[in-house]
Amino acid sequence: MKKTIIILSAIFVANFSFAQMPDKFVKAMESKIAEIDTTHTAQGFTDLANAFERIADAEKNQWLAYYYAAYCNASAGSLIGTGGDMMTSKADKTDPYADKADKQISKAEELMKNNSEIYVVKKMIATLRLLGDPMNRYMTYGPEAQAMLDEAKKLNAENPRVYILEAQDKYFTPEQFGGNKEEAKVLFEKAQKLFETFKPETSIHPNWGRSQVAYLLSLYK
Amino acid sequence: MRPIISILLFILLICIPDLLSAQTTIAGKVTDKKNPLIGVSITLKDTYDGATSDSSGKYSFKTSEKGEFILTATSVGYKTFEQTIKLDGKGILTIDIVLKEEITELSAVVISAGTFEASDRKRAAAVLTPIDIVTTASANGDVTGALKTLPGAQQVGESEGLFVRGGTAGETKIFIDGTLVNNFFHSSSPNIASYGRFSPFLFKGTVFSTGGYSALYGQALSSALILESIDMPERTSANLGVSIIGINGGYQELSKNKKFSWGGAYSYTNLAPAFAIIKQKQDYSQVPEFHDGDANFRIKTSKTGMLKYYGYFSKSRLDYTVNSIDSLGYLDRFGVSNFNMYHNLSWKESLGKKWKIYAGLSYSLNQDDIKSGMKDANKNEVILAGLEFKTFNLDADGNYYNAKLILERRLKGISAIRFGGEYNASDEKSIFTIYTGQKFSNRLKENIKSLFAESDIYLTNKLAAKIGGRFEQSSMLDKTNIAPRFSLAYKVSKNAQASFAYGIFYQDPERKYLPSPDNLIFMKATHYVAQYMKVTSLRTFRTEIFYKKYEDLVKTGVASGRDIAINNNGFGNAKGIEFFWRDKKTIKNLDYWISYSYLDTKRDFLNFPHAIMPSFAATHTASVVMKKFVQPWKMQFNAAYNYASGRPYYDIRFDGSKYYFADMGKVQDFHNFSIAFNYLPSIGKENSKNFAVYVLSVSNAFGIKQVYGYQYSYNGSRKEQIVPPSRIFVYIGAFFSFGIDRSQEAVDRLF
Repeated sequence: MKKTIIILSAIFVANFSFAQMPDKFVKAMESKIAEIDTTHTAQGFTDLANAFERIADAEKNQWLAYYYAAYCNASAGSLIGTGGDMMTSKADKTDPYADKADKQISKAEELMKNNSEIYVVKKMIATLRLLGDPMNRYMTYGPEAQAMLDEAKKLNAENPRVYILEAQDKYFTPEQFGGNKEEAKVLFEKAQKLFETFKPETSIHPNWGRSQVAYLLSLYK
Repeated sequence: MRPIISILLFILLICIPDLLSAQTTIAGKVTDKKNPLIGVSITLKDTYDGATSDSSGKYSFKTSEKGEFILTATSVGYKTFEQTIKLDGKGILTIDIVLKEEITELSAVVISAGTFEASDRKRAAAVLTPIDIVTTASANGDVTGALKTLPGAQQVGESEGLFVRGGTAGETKIFIDGTLVNNFFHSSSPNIASYGRFSPFLFKGTVFSTGGYSALYGQALSSALILESIDMPERTSANLGVSIIGINGGYQELSKNKKFSWGGAYSYTNLAPAFAIIKQKQDYSQVPEFHDGDANFRIKTSKTGMLKYYGYFSKSRLDYTVNSIDSLGYLDRFGVSNFNMYHNLSWKESLGKKWKIYAGLSYSLNQDDIKSGMKDANKNEVILAGLEFKTFNLDADGNYYNAKLILERRLKGISAIRFGGEYNASDEKSIFTIYTGQKFSNRLKENIKSLFAESDIYLTNKLAAKIGGRFEQSSMLDKTNIAPRFSLAYKVSKNAQASFAYGIFYQDPERKYLPSPDNLIFMKATHYVAQYMKVTSLRTFRTEIFYKKYEDLVKTGVASGRDIAINNNGFGNAKGIEFFWRDKKTIKNLDYWISYSYLDTKRDFLNFPHAIMPSFAATHTASVVMKKFVQPWKMQFNAAYNYASGRPYYDIRFDGSKYYFADMGKVQDFHNFSIAFNYLPSIGKENSKNFAVYVLSVSNAFGIKQVYGYQYSYNGSRKEQIVPPSRIFVYIGAFFSFGIDRSQEAVDRLF
């Protein structure tokens, strides 16, 4: 009996979540979301960002479409901004992506307030800004990124993506600047553990990160 | 089972028309007329269908929509393309798209002739960042110090201020958030340069114009230094600093909604410990001691509006003696105590989509109490026959009121028109007490009302012009002036641009020579500046040639032992060429810049017998500034070398009817090599809430003898070199900043 109630309420919740999503929207989103895990280039993420933006602009009231557009733009920008040294500004290349992602995540936030996933992307954008010109921006965007991450954690401490970002910071930061691969490993494992129980609200709610964690953990072996 | 099958059949039936319908393929190529454009987003408006152009600018997508639709193409930096298309569900529709460049601040040419900018903005003129101001080794943390490493500024060490392109320090005016600052530097002492009052950390943007500046600013013949204060702080924080010259502490709070912030800081500077180690030429009975306090608040009045207040208070004193050049065995005494306060209130707001308003008010009060005299070897005050004039007291009291209002209306694209007014009032009182106790009081009041208008016109991304004019009315002179300003910029290639600036600039005669028995007029300068600049993200090359003509400069005469302005018959000119090169690319982690200025100037003003190269001008000036950050050590090594060819010096005397040169010559070349080490243990730590900076800096590290000029005894029989108070100066300090906004949250989480 108890089980039935759980299943029923799960179906109900799922239906409720889908209630305001047209079928066509869900299908289009599903097919694009499936591409995220296999995309590894800036151009690929730009294509995806544009596709999500088209869906977002056509629907206008679906926060998830704006969310994914922002996430893909932030990812494209990060791929462009990675590498190089601290002294060099790459802001002219990375800022256009951060600007676009900023606009899109604000639209997502207008439609869906106090959502942990949105703060995850905001943290990514702050890190992208930092990456653009580390020497001149670490005082500004370092604390900003941390504040976004703290907020994401506060809103949902069970969100595995919060720990992925935290772990990536630890993993990719040189040791003399506070990076620590062992601490990163603990966080990756925490994210992996959370994924075991993590269930996205619907098939198109944020569920990315599993492959990243698996890949980064594989580097420890 | 049955019902399920029928439902499936039903769904299938509904879907059949869809499955049967053929799709239209839309394909084409996106270019900017010449080159293919990559990453352009092509969308069938209000549908999900679309594509992104590939590396050859090609795109293609299928759609099953039918009817009339709008096809759009968007890309950053280009105007959105729209075209109505008809879809009939079959075939291939080829649509080639040409995007037109949008005139944006990022892509447009920058009107940069005569301008250096230090800001985070991505602009061609922004050759420095705010951090550079603080980390330039020879700057000693002083705003103007870093600017002295740029071409156009002289290496004048015996007095404060910016001497630009043959102009005096008084011909450079400094503005904070639009309004004039009257006493930017601490009170000066003879032959010792004083520091600026304001911390470089207060400012997020610095514009240093060495000529041809905007009509929004006036009353400066040579140069304008425009400082923009920071907006909201990033976070609530406290800071603390300890150094060989004093201590400082501050607190800044940012409200939770980030719409309001307030803060304050206090610093106590006392040079006794430093002077105990570093021997000074002067013998201090009161070492320089400063109490500086400031307070601020900032309110976000709306999404686009910001109200800022900054207030500053300072009390300082010093008193010293040096061996007198006039009488062997005796000492010259100089003492000054100062009280200064400065308040600045500024407001900016967007009024609708097109209009913006900037308003600023400032008030400052400056009180100097100067004591001059002579002492004998036992430090007893004496008055020597023939040198009585050296004993005096000067009480000076200045009140300054400044107001400014600018309205900006955006025109097509990023073109804009700005206009407004400015009001500068000053009321300066002084009481001069001579050795007999007799008092001479003096009061000078000036009200300058100005109106200005200026327009930025961007014809294309490649060509822009700035046309403006300024009208000023002076109550003191009872005169008016109209000053036209014009500049033009043309983008030669993607990274290179050429610009030109022209302008007429007026300024009141310097106050210290007033009141005058004569009717004076505004002093006048005309600037012509031509610039070529090439900027890539890691390298900047900039060269400028200029010609300046000075007219109606003030000439002085002697009345009751004092230099006073007698007429506007002075004149002069300055011409030169300057180079600037900054490179962050050639050597990894090494950032350096080199600047060189050639200056040819002559002027006849004040008591000059005829036109000469003034003693504050050097023919050749150069600087090399290096910054190397060693990541593993978290250390930044900064070094700067400043050079100036020998400046001329003169002994000008009055024979009762005219001025003549009793002596003249050239001092030796000036060299200064400064180094600074900054250790930043928290740099790069993204999660760090606390920042610490440890600083060790050495000015004139090799102890090379520096001579600024010569001074002469009253009777002209002796001359003496003007040198810095000490050859080497060492500065050691530690600064900490504590971010405390989230500490409460951390506590909350624990429980």
